[in-house]
Amino acid sequence: MHLWYSLVDSLLPFGWLQHGFMKNALLGVLLVTPIFGLLGTMIVNNKMAFFSDSLGHSALTGIAIGVILGIKNPVWSILFFAVLITIAILVVKEANTASTDTIIGVFSSTAVALGLVILSRNGGFNKYSGYLIGDLLSISPTDLLTLGIVFIMVILLWVIIFNKLLLSSMNPSLARSRGIRVRGYEYLFTIMMAVIVTISIQWVGILIISSLLIIPAAASRNIAKNMRQYHVYSVIIALISGLSGLILSYFWGTATGATIVLVTSTFFAITFIMKLRLL
Amino acid sequence: MKKHHKCANTKCKTCECGLCCTKINNFGVKRSGIDILRNVNLHIHCGDLTAIIGPNGAGKSTLLKAILGEVSHTGELQFLDAQKNGTRRPSIGYVPQKLDLDSSSPTTVLDLFAAAHTNIPIWFTYPKKMRERVRESLARTRGEHLINKRLGELSGGELQRVLLALALDPIPHLLLLDEPVSGIDQKGLELFYETVSTLRDNYDLSIILVSHDLSLVAEYADRIAFVNNKTIECCGTPQEVFTNTQVIQAFGLDWSNRFQRDEKDRVDNALMV
Repeated sequence: MHLWYSLVDSLLPFGWLQHGFMKNALLGVLLVTPIFGLLGTMIVNNKMAFFSDSLGHSALTGIAIGVILGIKNPVWSILFFAVLITIAILVVKEANTASTDTIIGVFSSTAVALGLVILSRNGGFNKYSGYLIGDLLSISPTDLLTLGIVFIMVILLWVIIFNKLLLSSMNPSLARSRGIRVRGYEYLFTIMMAVIVTISIQWVGILIISSLLIIPAAASRNIAKNMRQYHVYSVIIALISGLSGLILSYFWGTATGATIVLVTSTFFAITFIMKLRLL
Repeated sequence: MKKHHKCANTKCKTCECGLCCTKINNFGVKRSGIDILRNVNLHIHCGDLTAIIGPNGAGKSTLLKAILGEVSHTGELQFLDAQKNGTRRPSIGYVPQKLDLDSSSPTTVLDLFAAAHTNIPIWFTYPKKMRERVRESLARTRGEHLINKRLGELSGGELQRVLLALALDPIPHLLLLDEPVSGIDQKGLELFYETVSTLRDNYDLSIILVSHDLSLVAEYADRIAFVNNKTIECCGTPQEVFTNTQVIQAFGLDWSNRFQRDEKDRVDNALMV
């Protein structure tokens, strides 16, 4: 961490970076936004926007379970519940009795309701409302270490599974005929989503976490002509939005996560106009 | 071209034609304890185009999925090469009806091939010789010019040729084709049949084609398997099959009714998608 602090001090001698928490937040943004940009491409491709939203919502129940069990750091209970709900959704989806968005809707609302019921018992919900908005500036060096490990793991996994995942998403039977174990990759991907949503939720906030996953990829999709451009633009948009959102929120005194999302939305508007003019 | 109809009988247990062949022996599929397919036997020689026809819901697509190994089944799938060596599972090239993506997807034809052929993530880079290899594959189905197009831009017929080229790289033992029910015009469909027919002769491929177009099947298929009541009820040359009473009952007597119903199913399918 000392290395990072001195690096920032010598390379970026700006007033807003004088504070330790800003340096931490900056590193956090640099780690987390590229992952959002990368994973988002597949989420948008597979029309899983609603699913990532429900993952965010399920965190509420995760927190509640953590409270009941008396766990200090709710990350683990959030992660546990997110993975649980992911698998539940996939299993129910495979039974093929209702359309996917209906199933996700049911699970998502149930998770929110369950979380609210538990947390609002004894009228103490206000304590937890911080999770709705998130606080990127509260990120600690320990959190950054976790984030760094997850960052490396996600990138590695993404390198290994991406091609197979793409084929599976386009046509499971086709992937199967080329020897790809479709279901395994589907589970792996959704669990990756669960992990990344879980560990970033306390900084970004339940309400807007899925927008961070979706909007950079959606914006990139407006202008990308092939898969490589799609990824490169998405990561760049996520990074720039993260950085400028962080700086803006510092000067405006606003919630960082929400400010970042607003910047990504601006990118979406710009690329959308570019797309219309290209046609 | 020489055909091997002396061995067309599905009940023959060994391949006596001195050529490679694929055998489906006694396939059965159960779901929740109910038979969906039973007692399916099919014997396909290299260089033969076998079409599978039958009313909707008779089990055509289940048979296809069973051959692909996507649904578990009883019975066995065997591949014998010209020297009668080995009973390993055949390598299968599969041409699906459609791809699940929307028209704005930035996936190009090259992306699709690279994703299928390498483990190097396509969002990072392509291997050096990929473009050349893909162009060669596409040339087999007259689609070289499509290499840089996005999949969403392709017409139904073009997409079908791209998927066919993908299924043929590497050349499989058995080519499985699921003919699209919608989104492809009559001319595109004929071109597709012509291409498949030429490939069969050039590469000596065994081809199974699930078809919905009886007139094209009658023109191009070497053999036809009629699937009805959860099994293959009748199998033989187009002439044999189209004069079979069971087939006439399914398609012939109330042909127009049947056709309209299919049309309705097509619309329903399109709506479901």
